[in-house]
This record gives sequence, structure tokens and C-alpha cells, in this order.
Amino acid sequence: MIEIRWHSRAGQGAVTGAKGLGDVVARTGKEVQAFALYGSAKRGAAMRAYNRIDDEQIINHEKFMNPDYVLVIDPALAFSDNITENEKDTTKYIITTHLDKNELIAQIPALQDKKDRVFVVDCIGISMDTIGRAIPNTPMLGALMKVSGMFELDFFLDSMKRVLAKFPQKIIDANMEAITRAYNEVK
Amino acid sequence: MAEKMELNEIEVWDGNHAAAQALRQAQVDVVAAYPITPSTPIVEGYGAFMANGYIDGEFVMVESEHAAMSGCVGASAAGGRVATATSSQGFMLMIEVLYQASGMRLPIVLNVVNRAVASPLNVRGDHGDMYAGRDSGWIQLDAFNAQEVYDLNLCAFKIGEDINVRLPVMVHQDGFTTSHTAQNIRPLSDDEAYAFVGDFKPVDEMLDFSKAVTYGAQTEEDWHYEHKAKQHRALMDSYTVIDRVFEEFEKKTGREYKRLETYMMDDAEVAIVALGATVETCILAAKQLREEEGIKAGVVAPRCIRPFPFNEMRDVLANVKAVATLDHSAPMGAMGMLYNEVAGAMVSTQDRPLITNFIYGLGGRDFSINEAKRIFREQKGHADVGYITTEIQQFSGLRGPKLGFYEMKRS
Repeated sequence: MIEIRWHSRAGQGAVTGAKGLGDVVARTGKEVQAFALYGSAKRGAAMRAYNRIDDEQIINHEKFMNPDYVLVIDPALAFSDNITENEKDTTKYIITTHLDKNELIAQIPALQDKKDRVFVVDCIGISMDTIGRAIPNTPMLGALMKVSGMFELDFFLDSMKRVLAKFPQKIIDANMEAITRAYNEVK
Repeated sequence: MAEKMELNEIEVWDGNHAAAQALRQAQVDVVAAYPITPSTPIVEGYGAFMANGYIDGEFVMVESEHAAMSGCVGASAAGGRVATATSSQGFMLMIEVLYQASGMRLPIVLNVVNRAVASPLNVRGDHGDMYAGRDSGWIQLDAFNAQEVYDLNLCAFKIGEDINVRLPVMVHQDGFTTSHTAQNIRPLSDDEAYAFVGDFKPVDEMLDFSKAVTYGAQTEEDWHYEHKAKQHRALMDSYTVIDRVFEEFEKKTGREYKRLETYMMDDAEVAIVALGATVETCILAAKQLREEEGIKAGVVAPRCIRPFPFNEMRDVLANVKAVATLDHSAPMGAMGMLYNEVAGAMVSTQDRPLITNFIYGLGGRDFSINEAKRIFREQKGHADVGYITTEIQQFSGLRGPKLGFYEMKRS
């Protein structure tokens, strides 16, 4: 089973991102789960979303997990939230930031012994450039594809087109560009 | 004529969307609703289907949940297929009218997304609202995940509308844990789903002006008692139709439902009885304990809370030594409901198991696999020595000092 924890602010699209990822993965014959903890949280409040991916039906409803991937889509949460909570020796971190990797790690003590498991990408900058709004969820999925090797970029782009089918073509195109850029730019 | 929706063989839906899709496929005539967290997306989703031309029926936005259920009563008595959704405080405001609906024998389908009841205010999941409805005369079906929400909604119309039942049906799901968790769903096509549910057949409909009927008449001590006894009888006897509908559903989909679900109970020495998504957590715990520690653990889960599967409970727990009943609702001055129902069933058997009661997860507190394993191990401890070594009622996952009540009386 692969377990993923998203750190986000309400309104940044972590729930949509988690569900979108679930949608894509389900099309490949895997079983998926996507959920979030937000309740009555207001836009801008720190929140978490979760994915589980497995070959068998997922009946684990615990909120607790030891994540394989931690996706941080709000730059400030890398500093203020406990992003290494319940981590494993193998947990990989993908963090949205405009800083370069060494600059970021230097400022976050919890990450200093896991340098080779930390990846950075500027999802906010990319989404501002491509979509025109700070919606860092789809670029984060592009970065996750690169870091995890879960799917080839072309396959993932094709699947995401179907997930986003209800949106106007302009928005779909912008999201495709955002995913591709994050895939290529994550370090 | 409503548009048909093309669905994939596998969709990724949460419990709310699964409910909205099933209501759409059942071609409900009237939905009267006043949305409340966390069931809001059911009505929201249904409203979106309506706006996009997928629904022929009426969607009535009302001023309160009391009005929502009242609208449902009116529409159902008029002779239509009727459904709505609510949760928590909204459910509490509906309660007066729930009794009216069942007393008038109106086959309304109500989706209840289970959530804690204030005060203190809390939007997260527990079974406080569900338990408050258990004397309301409705059939209560409980879904443990989003696929089951979809499946049980389709079954609910067919059960409630059957001429031998004619009772309203609630489909319960856990707030957030099920309602907001997306998972793989295997839906039926629109045509298949509707063919399974079938056309609505009105009975004594008020819109049939050639035959005047009265709904909600007054009866005092002369007839009230007989009416209520007859209603209870209908609810008790509805199990035959529930079983038949579940069988038909299995034939169509391969997905099997029973009024009392059992997991790994063939050789079980200890068991947990639970409801909602917790059932699946307990199944995982039982599997792990069997592999890791050789404890013969099993799980029992009422799919049907009303009518309560009294006989099935006696059969499945006949050879079990220790049983923990898990109640996801504040018991307030007594044992939890599941304890009372299970103990009530088992007291009329020869080899009565040791039965304990755990209150857990109030207001959305997480219930982990490890905690379920700890509870199983504790039951194994009772079974090994032959008596209950702890308090009979305990609070699981509570912060602060341990809270428990009553000990076993031993001669």
C-alpha cells in the first residue's frame, strides 16, 4: 500500500488534488482512497488530505498513517506545520517553495538529516504562470509523478485530461502545462 | 425526459456523491431538502444533476429540516417516489415528522450522514443522530463505505415501496469517514439501476381524486394502540422483503448483503459487534490478530439496525466466548444501544457469552486498528478466565483518567 499525506491550506485544492490522483490511479485497476480532515475549517486554515493506493480494496479508515510521500502545497506550512509527523525512514517530501533545496533545508531543522528524501518545486509560481491563480494542486501531482515514477508523464497527462473534462479547454490546457513544468522542474 | 449519464465501470466517488447518483438513477419524483454539513454535497450534487438536465422530478428548497421532511410526507402521500438527505442537528429537527412518515406508512428514502449532536457543537462523525432515530418506525440500513451507500440506496426504494412493507427507509453512512472519503465505486448503468429499483407504484395516493383518502388521521385510545402494533408488526415482518431485495441485488451485481453481516465468525472465540466504517477497521484488526497472535477474532455488524436482526445475532454469537459491543454514541446514563440489543438477544440463549460495552470515537475521535486489536485482546483475556476482568462499560480513546462502569457479578 502507498500512503500519501498532503499539507495544504483550505482552498488550495488539496482535496481536489487527492481526488484527482485517486481518479487517475483507479483507471489503472488499482484501488484508491482519498479523504481530508477539514470539517468546519475556513479558507486559508491549515488542513491535511490523504491518499491510499493498493491492489486490494482499502478498508482502513484510520486517519493515522505513516506516509510514503508528504506533499506540501503551501510554502509556509513547511515551516509551521509538523510535516515530518509519523514519518518512515523512506518517506519522501515534495515541498512547494521558491527557495532552492539547500536554502530551504537550512531553515527547517526536521529536514536536515533527510536531504536525499526532500524534493522542491515552486508549485505556486508555476500555477500563477500557467493557470493564473495560486492553485498548486495539479503541479504538485506532476512533481509526484516524477519523484515516485508512478506513471509516465504522457499517460498521466492523458488521464488528467479526462478527470478535468468538465472544465473549459483553456483551463485544461493550463493545467497540462502546469503538470508538465512541475514534472520537469522538481529537484 | 431526463438525460442519461454515461458512467465508467469504475468511478471514484465519496459517500455523498454515491448517494446523489443513486437518487438520480432511481428517478425520484420529489426531493425536498435543507442541506446541512456533512450531507450537504448529496443535495448539492442532486441539484447539479437537476440543473444539467439529468432529472425530471421536482427539487423543493425549503426553510428547515422540519419543512423538508414535511414536504416529503406531502409528496409521498400525493403518490410520488420521494427522498431527501440530512445529518445531525438537521436530523434532530426532522424527528417529529419522521414519526409522522412512518405512521402514515410512506416509503420515503432518507440519507442520514451520521454526525455528532450538539452541544458542544461538532461537525464530525458519530452515531448520535442515528441512535436518536431508532424508535421512529423507519427501516434503518447502515453502509460501512461509499460503495455500500450507493448499493443500499437502490435497495432502499425497492424495500420501502414494496406493497408488503410500505415503510420509510433510512440509509446511514458515517460523516466524513464515508461521506467525504472517495473510493473506487462500481455503479450500475442508468438503465440497469432503474430496472432494478422498478417503477414507483402508488398506493392510496391523494392525487387520485376518484378515491378520497385521509392521511394523518386522529385516533385516541380506541384505535391508536392497534395502529402502532400493526406498524411494529410491519417493521418486524419487513425482513422477508429486505432479504429478497438483497438476494436480487446480489444476482444483479455479485455484491452480497445480509441483515447481519459477519466476518471470520465461523470459528471465532471473541467478537466485536460494531456499526459504520469502524466495522472495516475491526475486520483489519481481526485479520492481523489471527495472523500475528493466533487469536480467533471475528466481527459482527448489523446492516439492518431496524428491524434488529435478533435471531441472526443469537445464531452467530452462539459459540463465542466474549463479545465487545462498540457504541459510537454517548450512552447518557445507560449502556450503549448495541450492548443492550446484543445482551437482550443473548440472554435468551443457553451459553451466554461475556458481553462488554465500549463507547468510542465521539465527535470524530479517530478509532485505530491498534485500539481494535487491544479490545479484541481484552476479550480474549475474559474468555480465558471465564469472567469479565474489566469494567463492563469502558470509554475507548478518552483522554484523562480512565472511565468505566459496573463490574461482573460473580457468585
